[in-house]
Amino acid sequence: MIVVVNCFEYEMPEGASVGDVLRAIKAPETGIAVARGDEVVPRAAWDTTTVRDGDGIEVLTAVQGG
Amino acid sequence: MTATQTLTDPLVIADRVFGSRLIMGTGGAANLEVLQRALVAAQTELTTVAMRRMDAAGGTGVLDLLRRLGIEPLPNTAGCHTAAEAVLTARLAREALATNWVKLEVVADDQTLLPDPIELLDAAERLVDDGFTVLPYTNDDPVLAQRLEQAGCVAVMPLGSPIGTGLGIRNPHNIELIVARAGVPVILDAGIGTASEAALAMELGCSAVLLATAVTRAADPELMAAAMRDGVRAGRNARLAGRIPQRFWAQASSPPRAGAITVQNE
Repeated sequence: MIVVVNCFEYEMPEGASVGDVLRAIKAPETGIAVARGDEVVPRAAWDTTTVRDGDGIEVLTAVQGG
Repeated sequence: MTATQTLTDPLVIADRVFGSRLIMGTGGAANLEVLQRALVAAQTELTTVAMRRMDAAGGTGVLDLLRRLGIEPLPNTAGCHTAAEAVLTARLAREALATNWVKLEVVADDQTLLPDPIELLDAAERLVDDGFTVLPYTNDDPVLAQRLEQAGCVAVMPLGSPIGTGLGIRNPHNIELIVARAGVPVILDAGIGTASEAALAMELGCSAVLLATAVTRAADPELMAAAMRDGVRAGRNARLAGRIPQRFWAQASSPPRAGAITVQNE
């Protein structure tokens, strides 16, 4: 299935979790947050939240600004 | 800041105590090395960062820098135009940075970057309800400042002039009005261009100053950061010292003229 992470498409196996997606894109373990659609996926739920085909996942971090 | 200064005149926001009254932003710095030198020179203890999509490099550089320097990161909602965007961004920041603190920024348009008061107050109420410690960037509007305080914000942060303009404090009287009625710290946020304006903010009674562009885009960011640090301290001391009233006519500072030598025939 295809999951869209920060506007880029990734091929993920069926049943993959948010945690699997983060490991696939080599995201750092700290300092990031994840949203699926308009909902925050809490860190504690990353490995138990499965993603579906076509899901849009946003991975955010702190940057210079403001 | 020295320990003595921290004890004698601390900045208290919510349940936190800060020795420095200069809060820094991170936007506009050419690179992290320049930013580091500026932050160190500023002697800031609280510095704001934006939340954005992680890039392909996957770096969390600015966060690592702040942690290395022992500076508390204050996530902001820069770039948000609606309460809904700001609330989601604040929740993501809470996840990423493990802090309930947020600099709430909801701007009306990209030309002025002025706060949208309706969306701002709505977002502030929702975030306070959700357990956030909210520091709103607001217009220099004394009524809106009161409404934000009533909503449960732990500080109010009025602009001196629009973000990044360096136009200084365009309505000093409004800042004084906000200070006069505020029960929470007033932090002058945005518009500062140079150190005298940071000092003025403190002389008007602000508890702290938040600035970024004036330092990060200065020809010498490190030197300007030091100037801002000193300007904030000078203004704070002047405020505490109590300035003399302004007079129309001169008033001699020397002893009375009766004791002075006069020449009768020149």
